[in-house]
Amino acid sequence: MPNIIAVVCASYGLAQSVCDGEDLPARAERFFRSDHTNNWAVLVCTSRFWFNYRHVANTLSVYRSVKRLGIPDSHIVLMLADDMACNHRNPKPATVFSHKNMELNVYGDDVEVDYRGYEVTVENFLRVLTGRLPPSTPRSKRLLSDDHSNILIYLTGHGGNGFLKFQDSEEISNVELADAFEQMWQKRRYNELLFIIDTCQGASMYERFYSPNLMALASSQVGEDSLSHQPDLAIGVHLMDRYTFYLLEFLEDIHPASQANMNDLFKVCPKSQCVSTPGHRTDLFQRDPGSVLITDFFGSVRKVEITMETINLTVPGIPLERFGGEPHTETALAYVDQLPVAQIIHQKPKQKDWHPPDGFILGLWTLILLVFFRTYGIKHLKHIF
Amino acid sequence: TTVTGTRGRSAAVAIAALVIAAGIPLWWKTTETYRAWLPAARISELEALQLELRVEVEVVFARGTLSPEQQKKVPASRITYESCCKSKSLCLVEADHALHTLTETSCGSVVIYIIPEASALLPQDMRVYVGRSRTALLRSQVASVVGAGLPEVLAALDPQMEQVLQTMSFNHQDVTAALTDRLRPGLSTRDSLADSMRAFKSSPGYEITFSLLNPDPKHHQLHWDVEAALDAYIYPLLHKMAPVANFSVDSQILYYAVLGVNPRYDASASAYTLSADSLAHVINPVEARLGSNAASSNPVLNFLLYVPDSLHSPLIIRNDQKQEVASNAFHSPRWGGIMVYNVDGAYGNDTQFPVDIAIDMSRVMGVFLSQLRLMLGFQQTGAPPGFVLEAAGREGVAEWELDRLLWSRSVENVATASASITSLAQLLDQIANIVINDNIAQQVASAVTALQAAVAELEAGNLALALEHSREAISASERAFFDPSLLHLLYFPDDQKFAIYIPLFLPMCVPILLSLLKIFREVQQHRAEKRAKRD
Repeated sequence: MPNIIAVVCASYGLAQSVCDGEDLPARAERFFRSDHTNNWAVLVCTSRFWFNYRHVANTLSVYRSVKRLGIPDSHIVLMLADDMACNHRNPKPATVFSHKNMELNVYGDDVEVDYRGYEVTVENFLRVLTGRLPPSTPRSKRLLSDDHSNILIYLTGHGGNGFLKFQDSEEISNVELADAFEQMWQKRRYNELLFIIDTCQGASMYERFYSPNLMALASSQVGEDSLSHQPDLAIGVHLMDRYTFYLLEFLEDIHPASQANMNDLFKVCPKSQCVSTPGHRTDLFQRDPGSVLITDFFGSVRKVEITMETINLTVPGIPLERFGGEPHTETALAYVDQLPVAQIIHQKPKQKDWHPPDGFILGLWTLILLVFFRTYGIKHLKHIF
Repeated sequence: TTVTGTRGRSAAVAIAALVIAAGIPLWWKTTETYRAWLPAARISELEALQLELRVEVEVVFARGTLSPEQQKKVPASRITYESCCKSKSLCLVEADHALHTLTETSCGSVVIYIIPEASALLPQDMRVYVGRSRTALLRSQVASVVGAGLPEVLAALDPQMEQVLQTMSFNHQDVTAALTDRLRPGLSTRDSLADSMRAFKSSPGYEITFSLLNPDPKHHQLHWDVEAALDAYIYPLLHKMAPVANFSVDSQILYYAVLGVNPRYDASASAYTLSADSLAHVINPVEARLGSNAASSNPVLNFLLYVPDSLHSPLIIRNDQKQEVASNAFHSPRWGGIMVYNVDGAYGNDTQFPVDIAIDMSRVMGVFLSQLRLMLGFQQTGAPPGFVLEAAGREGVAEWELDRLLWSRSVENVATASASITSLAQLLDQIANIVINDNIAQQVASAVTALQAAVAELEAGNLALALEHSREAISASERAFFDPSLLHLLYFPDDQKFAIYIPLFLPMCVPILLSLLKIFREVQQHRAEKRAKRD
């Protein structure tokens, strides 16, 4: 079979292609204000012990805002280094308050903590960011972002010039963090990334960033300490840090359709309120901060398109069926008997084995006997032996 | 003293020699990180990779298109074409089907049939018809071309054939969209950016979940035969996509699940309406309630069928121009789609609740199928003027559409895999104390081999093989890049290294060095004395 094969060869060099733009309909314009299709949040509290209550409260208040604005739990990686709500020193168990007089309980009833307690380590944090997790890690512990994800990363704890302390035993340096973000960029694991840090000397942590599309905010400059907001006399510890307190106040006014932009966020907590000077870094970010909405990072506003085309699969002429009065011959469903209550109620009490009295009781008896004989004289001892 | 002195000196020299000759190499070797060998030369070749894509095109001239002189010059084309197209009233689809049975087209190739200008097969203003398989009918008058050799004939057809190929295989926009990772930002057009945002990136598998949302079980008892519908409508498409990815499909029914938005009642249409602006806020509250069966890290597509409750029926979606949307459905890029299905027409006011309602799955699946096609990467190609593109119909996807997807996926896989490998090599180069295990080196080597094979197959025009190799390459490169052992908590600044080694080695080295110095000075003194004695 003779063929006339016309060969069409198209060569594409991978680094040089020039394309000219096209006209944009208005709908496409709105579609493209931001390039992201989904949102992720990684919220980390790095310090443990009861007196660091405020760090857990910081993280939980950001978690609450982010959930309220629409990011689902499946897209939030929450790492809390200690459990304050069920801490035995908590006078109000199952609550974490962010405001004195216990106005706002940020713990709520649907908190989903992904990394808890001693799982919050530098290694796990870097593994979550870079994606190098062991294959057995469940989905809820992974950051499954893609090249159109906007990620919010919030870190809080105790820090210093160029490092952040994890769990009182290890630290992450700003170079490691910058390298981790570069790894994320190499694999295009984010579209844009907002990094917020509320620690002492927080601005040092974003000094070393060098990957594109990063915006960073910190609660204090190098050489300054971030201060806590106010103690609660009933709970006995400081409840929040100043920067996150005013950040939470700002975020409570944001709703999913809000048009507030990043310039408003930069103004949160000026020096008069915060005592430290908050800083921000936008030189690596491509868009102008004034055109970046708060909900681009804190919320999850989905891009939606109307489905115009459908495929015609129906065979014409068959109307919609109605089942009407067909008798259902289904067997009645019942729950399997899970708790044999009848057996438990009529059960005889189990015979408990006899154990000899333990040390405490023995010691107490000995003490009483000794006191008796000391008081009344040793001659009574012969009545015993 | 000289005997003890010499003994002492020789002992010191021997110890020093042992430390330097054996100790230092031993320490160096034992503190070395194990780094398996990586094919660095081949990896650096990947950075300057040039892709060449070749499409095999078979051109068949029908009787009447070539003048007799041209027919003599051009190698004989097949004659069997006429036998099936004798009757004039043959419709286009049947002709296409008949032609499809004549040729065996391999994946990625295109067959163009040139039919005479006066043929009645195509409508008057249409010049090209693209069928469901890889064939196209092109109406052209070649007999009038001067100089009847083969090159002139082909040159005359060239612009039209190129247009056909750009529709059926790939064009510049598609390839740049597939290469967005490695191109400078801002180079792709807005439309291709929309397409690349909408479709999922290449992944080894996808999880698809179909959910029925019934907010009103007291009034509506819904029956949907989703298994049969999936078998009939969705699985054919997924089977065809088997070379591209694995799919896992499940379904669920959610009761008392409400949309997060209150619809507004519109008296003029006597229906409740959802405007286009409020659609964006519908998805989030629902997503929190959707369970997911996904055990892997594959992307999840959700398709939701929402049946409004009896108080808010019927519910229609309005677009920006306040017009009703025919499909009553919308989709979100890289997430899935939602369709609103009104059942108020199936019962009257005085029926006894709950009413049994069977959902018309063919209508529902028609919408979901088109949304699924968008999500998987089959673009809404606008047909160029004069073209007729046959709709895919029940099969879900035409073969040339699948070929288009395979071209862009192969290119995307090759680009992503080579980007991963080169950046991994760069990372391993930069950080000298990452351990490179054998399995990582093996994955990298196999990824590089598969990449080179994929590029070779793309050059040769074997699309199916190229896709297979590119999938191998991308899975090997991802496994190598995301291997858990490559985490470097090993940011050891040099001063920390000194802080570790100095307390270990300094106390040992000080006596050795000092004794060597002493020996050296004694030897020098001795030599000086000798010289003084001689003089």
